[in-house]
Amino acid sequence: MATITLQVNGKSHVADVEPRTLLVDLLREHLRLTGTHVGCDTSQCGACTVWVDGKSVKSCAMLAVEADGAAVTTIEGLAKDGKLHPMQEAFHTCHGLQCGFCTPGMVMRSVELIQRNPNPTEDEVRHGLEGNFCRCTGYHNIVKAVLTAAETVRGGAQ
Amino acid sequence: MSGAEGLGASVARKEDRRFLLGRGRYTDDITLPGQTHAVFVRSPHAHATIRSIDASQALKAPGVLAVLTGADVAADGLGGIPCGWTITNKDGSKMVAPLHPALAQGKARHAGDPVAMVIAETRAQAKDAAQLVEVDYGPQPAVAHLNAAVAAGAPQVWDEAPGNVCFDWHLGDAAATEAEFAKADRVVSLDLTNNRVAPNAIEPRAANGHFDDVDDRYTLYTTSQNPHLIRLLMGAFTLKVPEHKLRIVAPDVGGGFGSKIFHYAEELLVLWASRRVGRPVKWTSDRSEAFLSDAHGRDHVTHAELALTSDGKFRGLRVRTLANMGAYLSTFAPAIPTYLHATLLSGPYVIPAIYAEVKAIFTNTVPLDAVRGAGRPEATYLLERLVDKAARELGIDRVEIRRQNLIQPNQFPYQTPVALQYDIGDYPATLDMALQAIDYGKFGERKAESETRGKLRGFGISTYIEACGIAPSALVGALGAGAGLYEAATVRVHPTGSVSVFTGTHSHGQGHETTFAQLVNERLGIPIENIEVVHGDTDRIPFGMGTYGSRSAAVGGSAIYKAIDKIVEKSKKIAAHLLEASVADIEFEDGKFRVAGTDREKTFGEVAFTAYVPHNYPIETTEPGLEDSAFYDPKNFTFPGGCHLVEVEVDPETGVVEVVDVAIADDVGVIINPMIVDGQAHGGLAHGIGQALLEECVYDDDGQLLSGSFMSYCMPRAADLPSFKVGNHVTPCTHNPTGIKGVGEVGAIGVPPAVINAVIDALAPLGVTDISMPATPEKVWRAIQAAQGGAA
Repeated sequence: MATITLQVNGKSHVADVEPRTLLVDLLREHLRLTGTHVGCDTSQCGACTVWVDGKSVKSCAMLAVEADGAAVTTIEGLAKDGKLHPMQEAFHTCHGLQCGFCTPGMVMRSVELIQRNPNPTEDEVRHGLEGNFCRCTGYHNIVKAVLTAAETVRGGAQ
Repeated sequence: MSGAEGLGASVARKEDRRFLLGRGRYTDDITLPGQTHAVFVRSPHAHATIRSIDASQALKAPGVLAVLTGADVAADGLGGIPCGWTITNKDGSKMVAPLHPALAQGKARHAGDPVAMVIAETRAQAKDAAQLVEVDYGPQPAVAHLNAAVAAGAPQVWDEAPGNVCFDWHLGDAAATEAEFAKADRVVSLDLTNNRVAPNAIEPRAANGHFDDVDDRYTLYTTSQNPHLIRLLMGAFTLKVPEHKLRIVAPDVGGGFGSKIFHYAEELLVLWASRRVGRPVKWTSDRSEAFLSDAHGRDHVTHAELALTSDGKFRGLRVRTLANMGAYLSTFAPAIPTYLHATLLSGPYVIPAIYAEVKAIFTNTVPLDAVRGAGRPEATYLLERLVDKAARELGIDRVEIRRQNLIQPNQFPYQTPVALQYDIGDYPATLDMALQAIDYGKFGERKAESETRGKLRGFGISTYIEACGIAPSALVGALGAGAGLYEAATVRVHPTGSVSVFTGTHSHGQGHETTFAQLVNERLGIPIENIEVVHGDTDRIPFGMGTYGSRSAAVGGSAIYKAIDKIVEKSKKIAAHLLEASVADIEFEDGKFRVAGTDREKTFGEVAFTAYVPHNYPIETTEPGLEDSAFYDPKNFTFPGGCHLVEVEVDPETGVVEVVDVAIADDVGVIINPMIVDGQAHGGLAHGIGQALLEECVYDDDGQLLSGSFMSYCMPRAADLPSFKVGNHVTPCTHNPTGIKGVGEVGAIGVPPAVINAVIDALAPLGVTDISMPATPEKVWRAIQAAQGGAA
């Protein structure tokens, strides 16, 4: 067992984990943050996407011990004081989610996407989401939501 | 009333918030006190005898509580996993339905067949110990593919199914069809394969079983589209426990697409194992395990022939299909290639005679069953490919050959030669709407522009119909179904006027918590924030048959309307008493009960309160309280239909196909929430384009699944798809109270042939006449090379 210390959604946690424990299992099983989902075992689907030190990471492809000392943000940490992030709001208004299972990873990836590229084209959004699978929406309304949120965030920054 | 939240309003979804905050509650999120974890040992062989199982080392591993095998299943008397539909053969005998034990007994019949179950304190410990279970297999010859399975001398999956035939069935008038072919000017024929696909809901299946020995009661949390159906099957056939001792909860479910309809061994086993170990037992599928244990879809090999007059009028259709069942019969498997496939072969066309023969075949592969569309995509694909081929061979425009054969609006109700009677539709209208949306007249200009970039542009069309609103119970019973297919609803008006709706359907992405609240708002005028929709728990919901076949709004919504009718009827009696008027004079409109022709009125809230505080009340004739239930049994299927158009660009150098435009016009009946309806169409389109271009379960000749993970099974990604142009032309369903037909499957049904027809259209100038699904770059490139006489 290894003892690690990390920040998750602004709170400090100390955890004893097996060296093989994945970050996603630490989040889901140890910290009971079940908003981060597991949809595959080959790091394709992106349902487990979280931020580690501000960058989106597939938490099924990272060992918990690698997150020692890191600041992790999960979907549970995105809304502030019950107010949805503009990306969450845009997924809601654009109907960018159906079953909701890919949604946490999709939202976390999308926020990072528009942070890196505040004014993306539709094509850039589609390529930017290649690491996240959705089986419900055909991506149509997810793309619309990301473009909408980008516009909102740009408007807010002006 | 159709106000801001009623029919036709694109209300944002009530259920979104919990999902967006990461507060959804899916089966794997649920951890019970004393939770243990199960992992399955699965056969690596497609076909093997099981000589022995040695669990001694596994039992000594850290944290292990039990290792259970087929012998334990047999000793405890668990029933085999039942098939819910029996097909009658051409000769009047019944199909072969072999025993499907929950854990393999003596033989494994497909790679992935569960052989043992390891239960441990943690999932990691169970996984470790599963590696230590020693199974002595005796590998046997296996067969995976349809043509190989029906060949002479093929390995036999079941001794009781000679030639691997599960059933040999037919539909239609063979003699009448033969007569049409005999006098036809032209006959066009086609051999095609409908590729095998995996459902791949992004949430893998999971089950968490808990036996409470104090109450002698079982609770199962499971990823199901139909918890009551699971309770029925477990109660009557597998666990053999009376329903009142069995609670099935399907909490938030991360997509189903058919795969979560069926009763699976794992959900039975966790509940049984919980009684054995005295603690809750949870199993969650890995994705690679899902590929080997979720029911797959499609996998048909078909020969089809169309008889036509020289000017392109359809006269007859003959279809011969082999349908793969896999190693065992899944819950609804036999119904898919028969009553959900052959019955749809008339499509939206007038075809005077049709005859279809379907042979279902066992193979050493994962069982097959419904995947989004379920039989109807296979029917649409063969018909629309055949119609396109006929147009090319007869030199008739592909749009015009369809237009001249469409059933006209004045021909409804229309009786097809394959059992169905379509109630209503306007196929020319959806055809024209789609053509306009894609600006068909300028296709030539777009094709020329593509050529300047070295791309071959193709236009593809599909006019389709499907049967939804499953289904009239007496009819499906006569056809072999083991269950009724009505739907149930309870509407409970609370004393202060808010409403809880309990529905037997299940929402796993469809948005029922919003759309069903809109139905109540439409009828009762209550704001949707004051309406809750409850589903997915057999302890809370009286009964129901669940969600599949695009049935929830059409059948479940009709049950809600029926229950509301009863609520309104009773409310009028209460209002009449309060208003000192006769019941016949009470009108209900905009949420108010009014004495006709006066301004004397009572609000719905006042009536509800009076029903629960009956101080001034017609107590002699009317019970207190305001709650009612209804079971709605459909009178007919519903028949959504429409036109799907696709434009592709093919890169002749690489064979890469890009879908550059998709325009569809559907008639899904009355629309509750246009935003949600469009979203359902989008998802179906992605599914259909995935099948046409990307997705395939590939088995080798020995029955090993080669595309068993997301590394090798190509799921549609955002960059594989364009944005979609979606339109609707509504003709309300004539036989249910909502007018709804259903939308969940239209995309997956209509679009695959449009994609392939577009690819063939793009490649036609090079001499390519056929391409199979999925039209991968390699396949397209080889087809180009072959057509041009190159080395392919």
